[in-house]
Amino acid sequence: MSPEKVPEKIIGAIVGPGNIGTDLLAKLKRSAVVDVAYVVGVVESDGLARARDAGVAASAEGVDWLLRQDPLPQIVFEATSAAAHLANAPRYAEAGIQAVDLTPAHLGPMVCPPVNLRAHIDAPNVSMITCGGQATIPMVHAVSRVTPVPYAEIVASVASRSAGPGTRANIDEFTHTTSEAVAEVGGADRGKAIIILNPVEPPMIMRDTVFCMIGAEADRGAIAASIHEMALAVQEYVPGYTLRAEPQFDEPRENWGGHARVTVLLEVKGNGDYLPPFAGNLDIMTAAAAQVGEQMALAKQGAFA
Amino acid sequence: MSRPELTHDVRIIDTTLRDGSHAMAHQFTESQVRDTVRALDRAGVEVIEVTHGDGLGGSSFNYGFSRTDEMQLIAAAREEAQQATIAVLLVPGIGTVEDLERARDAGAGMVRVATHCTEADVSPQHFAAARELGMETAGFLMMAHRTSPEDLAKQARIMVDAGCQAPYVTDSAGALLMDDARARFEALVAEVGDEAWVGYHGHQNMSFGVANSVIAQEVGVRYIDGSLCALGAGSGNSPTEVLAAVFDRLGVDTGLDVMGLLGAAEDVVRPYLSRWPKMDRNAIVQGWAGVYSSFLLHAERAATRYGVPAHEILTKVGELGYVGGQEDMIIDIAVGLAQERDLAATGAR
Repeated sequence: MSPEKVPEKIIGAIVGPGNIGTDLLAKLKRSAVVDVAYVVGVVESDGLARARDAGVAASAEGVDWLLRQDPLPQIVFEATSAAAHLANAPRYAEAGIQAVDLTPAHLGPMVCPPVNLRAHIDAPNVSMITCGGQATIPMVHAVSRVTPVPYAEIVASVASRSAGPGTRANIDEFTHTTSEAVAEVGGADRGKAIIILNPVEPPMIMRDTVFCMIGAEADRGAIAASIHEMALAVQEYVPGYTLRAEPQFDEPRENWGGHARVTVLLEVKGNGDYLPPFAGNLDIMTAAAAQVGEQMALAKQGAFA
Repeated sequence: MSRPELTHDVRIIDTTLRDGSHAMAHQFTESQVRDTVRALDRAGVEVIEVTHGDGLGGSSFNYGFSRTDEMQLIAAAREEAQQATIAVLLVPGIGTVEDLERARDAGAGMVRVATHCTEADVSPQHFAAARELGMETAGFLMMAHRTSPEDLAKQARIMVDAGCQAPYVTDSAGALLMDDARARFEALVAEVGDEAWVGYHGHQNMSFGVANSVIAQEVGVRYIDGSLCALGAGSGNSPTEVLAAVFDRLGVDTGLDVMGLLGAAEDVVRPYLSRWPKMDRNAIVQGWAGVYSSFLLHAERAATRYGVPAHEILTKVGELGYVGGQEDMIIDIAVGLAQERDLAATGAR
């Protein structure tokens, strides 16, 4: 392409006009590369009304309606439920639409933007893991790219008001998926994940703690530098992602198998687009999904060719 | 799901080998567990809880790694118990249904599912699994001082509707004064008392564990928790041997052998205590400021590591309203206090 020609935006669609879908729409409205042309739900809702107010074609006739549109979207963001995505995913695939899945269906590879997005940029379907995964896996990776991590453990604390009924009905799903992703995507040999809901008022901003087991002789300066570098990388799409303190190093202990430990204390404050700022757990999901969509769109435009 | 028949006026559940795990820094050995179960079983205790202090899957950096795999301890307890049911604790968000299945296979016959007092709606998944596994159930509404009696009763209703046979007023911080405790007991008994038993789990941080247990029994609470030598988080739980003696004097039938329990406490548990839970400054601050009791050892460790007072850490935890499971925030607070101290020192120069 010639340098002066601005490539056309890639058409996107959001399926599921709830809180997540609405916040995602607000973020993608600012995108230079993704044009959300469609928002769909299965019943008339405030979310569909908000989308129409934002000038987006919106329908309560679900994916049937979406797949009748011309042009079809090239990227669809699924913010419904695991069951809905299981039903919809084959239809997107058949229509050649790339899917960014924010539900717990986990059909495609698990993606965390600053860690492994490039490897899956052309995947027909990618999973956004979990909120705690998006917040902590960058830091597990920041450590594991510098030194072996035999075990990593993450603790995500979220405001009760930001944990919806779906999360509450199946909290084990968070624990399983995040543990798996801490290892598979983060690069630890073994992973463990813990989630805590705190109802304190005013609501607490999402907090995450990442513990990585490291060798007694690991290069602590290099680990700390890698952690700071990663924080900057996440801040590019989640401005409220901050290190609360310098990484904390603890000396080897016998009951840690003679390993040392590094602790990363994080705060994730949301951007306040549609969701309140304390709901950093939801914001980091929509921000990461928007980032994935934009990078996919850039790839479609040939930016990485 | 119907509740089990009671064989005595109250059912004393012993948690020396679960809540006591906090005070032992999760270092129980298999032989300690075997000896304790044998003594409790002989003294007539019907339910003996054996798990990492933070429940199934609690062995971690955040809460402390278990010296012995909890499944091994559960299996050992099952072997030793002639009469007693072995119970396990499960905190959703830490432990999972998979952990529960493994615990059942290892010999657990009962699960106590624990949530913060306002978050009962994360428990139905685990109650449903417990029912399918054919296990007895109870539910912990932790940090019960943090919500009103009316709201606590609504949360108990969520648990009972999900299959919980015994929702508990769980005073994790040992913060409930006697009237506060009574109001919560009465609210739960009124809400679910026709279908389920109401339970009480106390801590001694302000020394109310036994007194509140007496009130509990008077107003219809039927499951009451204790620990030998008070072995538990903070300044420990209502001592099982004291509960047995007090209820005996009150003429309340517990089915427990008082002398047997006194022997269990004195001859079995005391010799292995690494610390005898007591009402020292840090533990009293927990009751006074409403802090989750198992934060105690973590605050003491962070105090040593960062050179800041443990009671200041704990007071701050209370101010910030942290709940059970947020042990990582103790590090955060200690780092913050150390920074403040260093800044003040620089300013003074």
